[in-house]
Amino acid sequence: MKLRINGQQMEVENSVRNIEDLLNFFQLQERIVVVERNGEIVSKEQYSIQTLNDGDQIEIVHFVGGG
Amino acid sequence: MLKIGDKTFQSRLMLGTGKYPSFEIQKEAVEASGAEILTFAVRRMNIYEPSQPNFLEMLDLSKYTLLPNTAGAKTAEEAVRIAKLAKASGLCDMIKVEVIGDDKTLLPDPIETLKASEMLLEEGFIVLPYTSDDVVLAKKLEELGVHAIMPGASPIGSGQGIVNPLNLSFIIEQANIPVIVDAGIGSPADCALAMEMGADGILLNTAVSGAKDPVKMAKAMKLAIEAGRLGYEAGRIPKKRYAQASSPTEGMLTT
Repeated sequence: MKLRINGQQMEVENSVRNIEDLLNFFQLQERIVVVERNGEIVSKEQYSIQTLNDGDQIEIVHFVGGG
Repeated sequence: MLKIGDKTFQSRLMLGTGKYPSFEIQKEAVEASGAEILTFAVRRMNIYEPSQPNFLEMLDLSKYTLLPNTAGAKTAEEAVRIAKLAKASGLCDMIKVEVIGDDKTLLPDPIETLKASEMLLEEGFIVLPYTSDDVVLAKKLEELGVHAIMPGASPIGSGQGIVNPLNLSFIIEQANIPVIVDAGIGSPADCALAMEMGADGILLNTAVSGAKDPVKMAKAMKLAIEAGRLGYEAGRIPKKRYAQASSPTEGMLTT
């Protein structure tokens, strides 16, 4: 499946079906992150429910140092 | 005690978390500062480095209130998007609205800041806008219902201190919400001056993270803010043009 993640086109394995799978794929499941899919924030409860589609635009963001 | 929205704080210092020499020094500096509110930025994760260390994840989050900023936003819509992402973490409901209008000076865009503040208030955020030191803008933001107003002392990271104390005093005098002096602080003296003028708190980052000894500077800022606040509460004497003797003028041996 082709996804655009954090502005980059990439191909992920077909076993990646939802956000939970995606975070596991990148080993981010334990990190404090927030996910946006096609401009909409995905709540944690939806991680295993929302199915990813080819061409989805995903943003995975976190907190960094700032003033 | 500082009250912002429904939250109260003992410390009047809000500390930024950017640009420290190391996480170890940063952790010590945060502790030395006594700050209860820490600011953060929201950025894309480097998904290829899942084990990269993250300062926020090292903190005992029961001890701190997170104040994410919308840095990077140039429009109200971008600021709202960042704010919503921050809130979706479930870790915070406060937001520092930061909409930059000029890349060289990093001064805030007043119109977009006002728009973003209005939109975020409607979304139920506790809204703390970073603004220029304009009393009219401060009044309009207060009328909207923001929970604190954060005028800059001078451009972000410049360390120039309070370049327009007159403007800042206008804001402090008219505000019925907390005034947090944000950006441009360079030294403990700047903090003390702002607090003596009646500011309710200080938000700073580079002045500590960029100091030769950030931990020592964090403590210096803490003490300066406390001293300035006490001085404000105590009420300073008026300035006089000529001297007034401290010792009695009666009973002098030379008369």
